[in-house]
Amino acid sequence: MSILSPAIIDSLPYLFSGIFITLGLVILALGLGLMMGIPMSLIQVYGPRPLEYCIRTYIWIFRGLPILVLLFLFYFGIFPMFAPDVGPFWIAAVVLGFRTAAYQSEIFRGAIQSISEGQMLAARSLGMSRFCAIRTVILPQALRRALPGWTNEYPILLTDSSVCYAIGVAELLTRGNQIVARIGDPMTVYIIVAILFILLNYGGQWIFGRIENRYTIPGYGHGDA
Amino acid sequence: MVMHEMTDSEIILRVEDIHKCYGETEVLNGVSFNVRCGETKVFIGPSGTGKSTLLRCINQLTVPDSGSIWLNDEEVTHSGPLINQFRQKIGMVFQNFNLFDHLTAVGNVEIALIRVKGMNKADARKKALLELSQVGLLDKANAYPAELSGGQAQRLSIARALAMDPEVILFDEPTSSLDPELTREVLEVMRRLARAGMTMLVVTHEMGFALSVANEILFMEHGKIVEQGSPSDIQTSPAFARTRQFLGTFHDD
Repeated sequence: MSILSPAIIDSLPYLFSGIFITLGLVILALGLGLMMGIPMSLIQVYGPRPLEYCIRTYIWIFRGLPILVLLFLFYFGIFPMFAPDVGPFWIAAVVLGFRTAAYQSEIFRGAIQSISEGQMLAARSLGMSRFCAIRTVILPQALRRALPGWTNEYPILLTDSSVCYAIGVAELLTRGNQIVARIGDPMTVYIIVAILFILLNYGGQWIFGRIENRYTIPGYGHGDA
Repeated sequence: MVMHEMTDSEIILRVEDIHKCYGETEVLNGVSFNVRCGETKVFIGPSGTGKSTLLRCINQLTVPDSGSIWLNDEEVTHSGPLINQFRQKIGMVFQNFNLFDHLTAVGNVEIALIRVKGMNKADARKKALLELSQVGLLDKANAYPAELSGGQAQRLSIARALAMDPEVILFDEPTSSLDPELTREVLEVMRRLARAGMTMLVVTHEMGFALSVANEILFMEHGKIVEQGSPSDIQTSPAFARTRQFLGTFHDD
């Protein structure tokens, strides 16, 4: 295509490899958020009061602060002090993960609380311990209910991840900026960056849609209500 | 025929002086009775008189304020973590079925066999299918609860309770959320169970079932047992006007 100058075409491989950095950030953050969010939600619903308050404070902080503030706090403050060898990519993944954990915990808490009390009663009446009932009866249902809300974290993280440009993570936007600085033509470069974000978004939503369908149970969740 | 005299068989469940308050409201006000092996006791009475709370106290889903429950001379109340063992021996069937919505019919029955009894999956599946066939649901083994009629759902929940091989089953208004047609199929399963010698405590408003199946009918009011006796006693000589009134409303149906 004529609008793509040779200089831009030459720099495309460099830009495209930013996809892996961006996706890596998002996947790591989603995973960390999931691993933290589920236990946090369980503590919120079933845990002892003091722990519950700790979790609520955590959520309050990580939902209340702008990402950029969190990034700078961790990149310039916390990590240099406690773990100076960690690079910006991992710091960004941790910050995004901590942040989405706060949101995910609330998603899972809502889902757990939407499961009727009778499910727990029935499980306990069969001799299940509280823990066993949560694991085999409550969580499998709650996670299904949480799935639509949870998958919404993907586009949010994906778009938020571009902020990591500010601490020098070589993700899509950072690479786009570098190319613009080198060869100019910001319009073309940023349109390409935008298209890549949209494709990543679309692809991810397609995958999550498949996962939702895979775990759909007759009469449960979709469309009946 | 149903045997109404069960004085010979041994007492397996003792309920002694159960009290339970919710705030100011005294829901159970000193309830005591014994249950003999193979007996069917039916609890009747106006709504809000503590019948369901009483059943829940027996398996400790509701912890009574005072009084004690004994299963085979072992104390169920104050049993700590041992309660999970007692509950395996005390099945429960709920008014709203409370089936596990994310599991198929056979999954509902086998889950506790696997997770609680530690049975291997093949044996659990075999036993679950057997229990399903007992309640006439073998062809629905792979259906999810949402795909079942109310009657099928309640029969499934009976199968789920039966699979644990309980010594007694508590039925908490098992047909109250069903229409008459579906009620019949559930009562039929319960009637068969009673005839087969299962020990059952049933809270119900189905007087026909109570009169034809119960060994003893207990009439509860204001958290107390105010009248108890065999169906013929209750039917012919109700000592309390309210009992008469209560039964009367059902005979008029």
